[in-house]
Formats: sequence, C-alpha cells, structure tokens
Amino acid sequence: MSAVQTSLRANAAWRWWELALGVVALLSLFFAGSHALLLNEIAILALFALSLDLILGFAGIVSLGHAAFFGFGAYVAALFAKHVMPDPLVGLVVAMVASALLGALSSVLVLRGSDLTRLMVTLGVAAVLYELANKLDWLTGGADGLQGVAMGPLLGRFEFDLYGRTAYAYSLVVLVLGVFIARRVVHSPFGYSLKALRDNRLRATSIGMSVNARLAAVYTLAAALAGVAGALLAQTSGFASLDGLDFHRSADVMLVLVIGGTGYLYGGIFGAIAFKLLHDVISAWTPQYWTFWLGLFLLVLMLVGRDRLIRPWTWMKKR
Amino acid sequence: MLTLLFDGIAYGMLLFVLAVGLAVTMGLMNFINLAHGAFAMAGGYVTVLLMNRLGVPFLATLPLAFVFTALVGALLERTLYRPMYSRPHLDQVLFSLGLVFMAVTAVDYFIGSQQQMISVPSYLQGRFDLAAVGIGKYRLFIIVICGLLTLALQMVLSRTRFGSRLRAAVDDPRVAQGLGINVNQVFLMTFAVGSGLAGLGGALGAEVLGLDPTFPLKFMVYFLIVVSVGGTTTITGPLLAALMLGIADVMGKYYAPKLGAFIVYTLMIVILTLRPQGLFGHKGAK
Amino acid sequence: MSSIVLETHSLLKRYGGITPTNDVSLKVETGARHALIGPNGAGKTTLVNLLTGVVEPTSGRISLDGQDITQLAPHHRVRRGIVRTFQINQLFNELTPLQSLALTVSAQLGISRQWWKPLGSDPRVAVACESLLKQFRLDDVMDQKVKLLAYGKRRLLEIATAIASKPRVLLLDEPVAGVPEGERQEIFDTINALPPEVSILLIEHDMDLVFNFARTVSVLVNGAVFAEGDVASISTDPRVKAVYLGEGQHG
Repeated sequence: MSAVQTSLRANAAWRWWELALGVVALLSLFFAGSHALLLNEIAILALFALSLDLILGFAGIVSLGHAAFFGFGAYVAALFAKHVMPDPLVGLVVAMVASALLGALSSVLVLRGSDLTRLMVTLGVAAVLYELANKLDWLTGGADGLQGVAMGPLLGRFEFDLYGRTAYAYSLVVLVLGVFIARRVVHSPFGYSLKALRDNRLRATSIGMSVNARLAAVYTLAAALAGVAGALLAQTSGFASLDGLDFHRSADVMLVLVIGGTGYLYGGIFGAIAFKLLHDVISAWTPQYWTFWLGLFLLVLMLVGRDRLIRPWTWMKKR
Repeated sequence: MLTLLFDGIAYGMLLFVLAVGLAVTMGLMNFINLAHGAFAMAGGYVTVLLMNRLGVPFLATLPLAFVFTALVGALLERTLYRPMYSRPHLDQVLFSLGLVFMAVTAVDYFIGSQQQMISVPSYLQGRFDLAAVGIGKYRLFIIVICGLLTLALQMVLSRTRFGSRLRAAVDDPRVAQGLGINVNQVFLMTFAVGSGLAGLGGALGAEVLGLDPTFPLKFMVYFLIVVSVGGTTTITGPLLAALMLGIADVMGKYYAPKLGAFIVYTLMIVILTLRPQGLFGHKGAK
Repeated sequence: MSSIVLETHSLLKRYGGITPTNDVSLKVETGARHALIGPNGAGKTTLVNLLTGVVEPTSGRISLDGQDITQLAPHHRVRRGIVRTFQINQLFNELTPLQSLALTVSAQLGISRQWWKPLGSDPRVAVACESLLKQFRLDDVMDQKVKLLAYGKRRLLEIATAIASKPRVLLLDEPVAGVPEGERQEIFDTINALPPEVSILLIEHDMDLVFNFARTVSVLVNGAVFAEGDVASISTDPRVKAVYLGEGQHG
C-alpha cells in the first residue's frame, strides 16, 4: 500500500482512546448502580451535544435554537406513546423522522445571511415552537407539560425500572449508534466537504461543491439526532415539557460542547460529563445561584480562549 | 385602534433607545453583545433604587441612570470587552451570555427577584383624549424624550467631528486608524454612550415594561430583532425596525392575544429569510 | 483555425462610479496559452471573477463551447471545467494537503456527496493524489495541516488543487506571486507540462515568464482590452511599452 493510501486509511481508523472509551461505556453499564439516572441524563445530553457539534463544529453554523429539535422530538415521542403506541423503539424512530423533517424545513432559513442573521433565525424558530407548544395546551399540556407518559417495555422484554438501569442502557446504546453514524459521516467525502465549507467557502465552491444542499443535509441530520435525544428524555422520564424547548437548553448544550471542544466529535461526550459534574457540585453548594458561577465560568473560558483551556501554560502568554 | 398605534409607537421608540447602542456596537466592533439588556436592567434598577430608597425625584434619576450605566459600560469595555473584539462570533456570544447570567443572578441575590414597582410622578400619570386617540401621558413623555434623543443622535453623527470619526470607523476601522483616528477611543465612547442609552431606556421603561432580574433575557430577543431587521449601517434602519416591532407587538397582543409573541417571531423569520441583511442594511454589512 | 472554448461578449461590470470591466470581448481558444497583462488595477482579477461566476456582470454574456453560461452558478462552472487559482492562497487551513486534494479529486469524480464510505476509499482518489503530490513536490508534507505549511508549499498546493479539478479551461491568477525567483521557473515548468488540450488563461506581471509561456497576449487597461495579438507583436508594440512605463520589467 502506498503512503497515500496508508494515510487516507489512517484518517478513518479507530483510535485507541475511542476503543477505550467504548470499553468504559460498556463497563459503566454494569457498575452504574444508583447512578443510572444521572448517567442516563449524561448520555442524553451527550447525544444532544453531538448533534450540535455536527452543525457548529463541522459546518460552522452558530445556532442558539437547537433546543427546538430536542423539545420537538420529546413532544413527538411523548404524544406517540400516549396516543398511538407505547413501544419505545417505534416512538424513537417516529420522533427521529419528524425531527428530520422539521430540520429539513428550517434548514432553508439558515442558509443565507450573516452569523447574526442565523443566530436570530435559529432563536426565532425555537421561540416560535415554544410559543406554539405553550398555546396549543390541549395537545401539549401547555405550561404543565405532557404528563403520565407510560412507556411499554423495551424490545418487548425490558421494563423501564425506577432505578433507571434500563433507561441508561437504552440511552447508551442509542448514543453509541449515534456516534457511530456521525463518525462515518465525518470521515466521508461529505464530512470533509463540510469542513472545507467551514474553512473556506470560496475555495469549496471553486472545487465544484454546492453549498446549500450540503448545509441543508447536515442540518437535517443534526435535527434528527437532537430529536432522538429529546425523545430519549421523554421516554425515560415519562414526561415532556416546555423546558425542552427553552432557550436555557440551547445555551446549555452550546456550553457543553464548548467545554468539551468542537469539531472532533467526542467533545459532546466529554463536555456532557464535565457539565453534569460541574452542575451537581455547584448546585449542591449554591442551588439558587448556579447560573452565576456558570456565567463566570463562561466568561473566564472565553477570555482565556476555548482552545487554551486545556493548556494552562498558555494562559499568561499574549495571544 | 389609533390609541393602540400610539402605544405601539411609544413602545417602539423605547425599544429603539434601548437597542440603538447594540446596533452601533454591532456595526462598529462587529461584536454580538447579548449582554446589552443587562445595561438596560442596570439603568432601571438605578432609577428604582434611587426613587424608592433615597426618595430622588423621577426626572432626576434619568440622567443619573444614563451616567451610571455609561460608566459601567466604559469600565467593562476597557477591561473585558476589548480583548474579545477579534474573536469569532461564537466566543462573543458565549462571553456575553456569561455576563448576562452573572448580572441576572447577582441582581437576584442582592435585590431579590420580585418585580420592582415605581410610581411615576403624578403629572405624568393618567391620560387625555385628543381627537379619538387616547394619549397616555407617560407614553407621550416617552415619545418626546426618545424623539429628542434620536434627533440628538442623528445630529451628533452628522454634524460633529466625533460623529464623522465614528462613521469612518464603522466603515473601515483599519483605514480610519491609518487616517489618525483613535479607533480605541471611538469604540470606548460609543460603547459607553450605547450602554448609557440602554440604561436610560431601562429607566424609562421600568413603568411600562416591568423590571425584574429576568429583564435582560426577556428582552434580549427584541433588541436583537431590532438590530438584525434594522441593519447595523444606519440609525434610521433600527429606528424603523423598532417602531415596526413595537406596533406589531402591541397590536398583536390586543387583537390576537392567543398568539402572543408568535407573530413577532414569525415576522422576523420571514423578513430575515427574504432579506438576510435586514430590511435596511446592505449586503456585506456585518 | 482552432475553436473558441471560452468567450465573453461585451462583458461589463460597474460598481457605483467604478467600471472595473468595460465592454470586454475576449476569446480564449482551445489549447490556448493566453496571457492577460496590464497595469495594477486594470481589472484582471475582476475579469476572472466574472468568468468563474463569483461576481455577476452588469451586462454582457459569457459562453463556454458556444453555450451561454452567464447565469450559471460558480460550482457548476467548475464542473464544466472552468477552474481557477487565486492570487492570494485560498486553502483549507485545517485540512492536510492530502485531505484537500483527496476532497478535490472526489469532487471532480462526482463522489463528494458520499457520506458512508471514508474519504479516499475509492482507489481512483488515491492514485490521483499520489501523482499530484509527487508532481507538486508536496509528498513530504502531505499529512501536515495546511496552515502550518511554508508559503511556497501553499502556493504549490493552490495550483495542485486547481489541477486536481481536471480543468478544461484553467484561469491562473498570478500563480507565482510571492514565490522566490529561483522557484518560479519550476512552477512554470509544471504549468507548461499541462496537456495541450487544456486552455490556459494566465494573469501575470513577470514579463519574462509571460513571453516564455504565452502564445497570445491580451493587454487590459482601465477595464478594457487595450491591445491583443500574438506574443511577438505585443512584446514589440510601443503603445504597450508606454503603458508599462514605471511598471518595470520585473514581476
């Protein structure tokens, strides 16, 4: 094999730490114990952040309204379970397809304009959905949320237990699948074309690539994954609410991704773990004002520089 | 209906004064500042605290709100904002989000989360009728003050040396610097005045918009709408956008209360999709 | 009489008070070695931008093989074979030369939409990349991030990327700009080695390179074609020499 071929193959090869991560994930299933509920939340958050990484880290679209797809997926899954069929996997697929459709429709809106325009449009879409969910309270339960969603057993055999063990296994498997799919996309010619678009749009068109179709496609994929994450939350907690569409959720997931790092696919996972731990630690200490410390953390993080956070020796050096 | 129009205009003028600083900052420093609402909140609280705890008369609190917020703005610009100018927009968004979170929770901690009540002086209360239009005295007051401020802004921009320096720096900061314009100073002054105006707007708006620690987050979207729809290259753009927004919101809440803010958001999405540079901006503007 | 592959018909571009392209009717023949010269600000890069569709003309037409392409989007023109290089390097800074070229080759092969198989799994990609990397002496840096490369290598990559798109008409915008004297001839040798069917339109300031390479020359002054003809007549034309007074003989 020539050097070129070796290098190209190496790009897509599994790295040792990816495999190690997989082993850790597998082990966590057995040792979850009383932390299963927390781990479940982390897995869902990680998947949500992964979906944002696809558009933010790889395609460069700054979105402050990604929760639109998360909350939408949650409602779809909850409504499906309540009115149609309580099977979780079918509901998951339905939520995924619905979110993908929503993503495809709204992708039209983010194709043009400056960063500010895109920010506003994504904010706007999430806000519109929030208002809709609020006003259509006969369907969504309005401000009280959609309660009493009873899920059937997973694969017909595994009941969702109070300790969350089934829930965590379910979410973890879905997360792993999501990572696997995202990974293949990212290493494909399509994935590289997204990075090219992000790096230098002018150059990308000059090698014959169409911009809009690609951005729409990745936006749709990201929406589908976010919807899946939302559906997981609804299914494992038995409940869907306006909180899933709230601005706070869009801001939090962006923070998760920024902590973990964008553009290398696993930032969502590391970020979700760090974020949840941070949240639990700080909330235990000051439950009401956790947002303050979050804000301070953000401030410092941005001033120091995202990429320098993990290299403390660069903090004092001038940019 | 005309009364609604009048109320909408008042709301719009207020939004304009609140948001104009953001528009200019965006156009000048290419900085997306989501914390702008926090300055407005600061001005509102200054007025409330001065009036309720120190018994300062309302009219006197207004300039104080402006000055205080302008000073805070100047301080933050020099220390925190300046290093962030050359960063990618995502970083700026997260940075300013962090500031907002801190401001909101700090106010909650020190002052409490309840709505602040102020009582405007009696000569500004009440309404009178003028040819089938119900004129609220306070809203009339807002329109007059904001109108004067707009005129003053326009004059500063077009007649003073600072104004022409500002316009040059917005157009092209590097060229402006090459011409000997102290761009840093222009940035500082502009940011300070913009924040001061926001503070003044917050003070004026405490009575009509309500004031509590969630103010910056609640109204952030509206400010951003004014800026993105109005464009960052002119003053009249945001003015018209703010008026449109104010009227649309007031009318919407009256005629279709079920839909609420839905109309405003949808309108914004439609406008930005058809004209991504805003209604009054031009292509290539930030 | 060779056929015309690319032609502009009274092409005009006006911005407010400036007219960088003023009624230009240019013909590029199949297999041309056609140089476009002119003083700074003559509108050469604008013309290339118009030809590639990056900029829309105010009036006039552009045709490829006799077909009107004035309304055709830039990426479609590339697929039809109109490829350019940029005067200031436009590269993918976070990718490596190998990845950039692999992506470009994939785009040219029409497989850049594949989302399931890894980049370079198609054997044609590896083969094309190998020859390109060798031809442009980028094989020793093929796995380094582009933003870390030296300027000379980046310039080579710029041209390699254009070649990877298998151009029928290649528009080179000052390909040796910023490249040290000693390395320029090598780049030009690579360009000279391109197959004769490829039509090349070259913007260049270095007169030695122009007169060594070109067969036809068009002189652009203030947005309009000032003089046109074969290399011999242009190089001795006194009017052209007058226009270049003060420009000097160097690049």
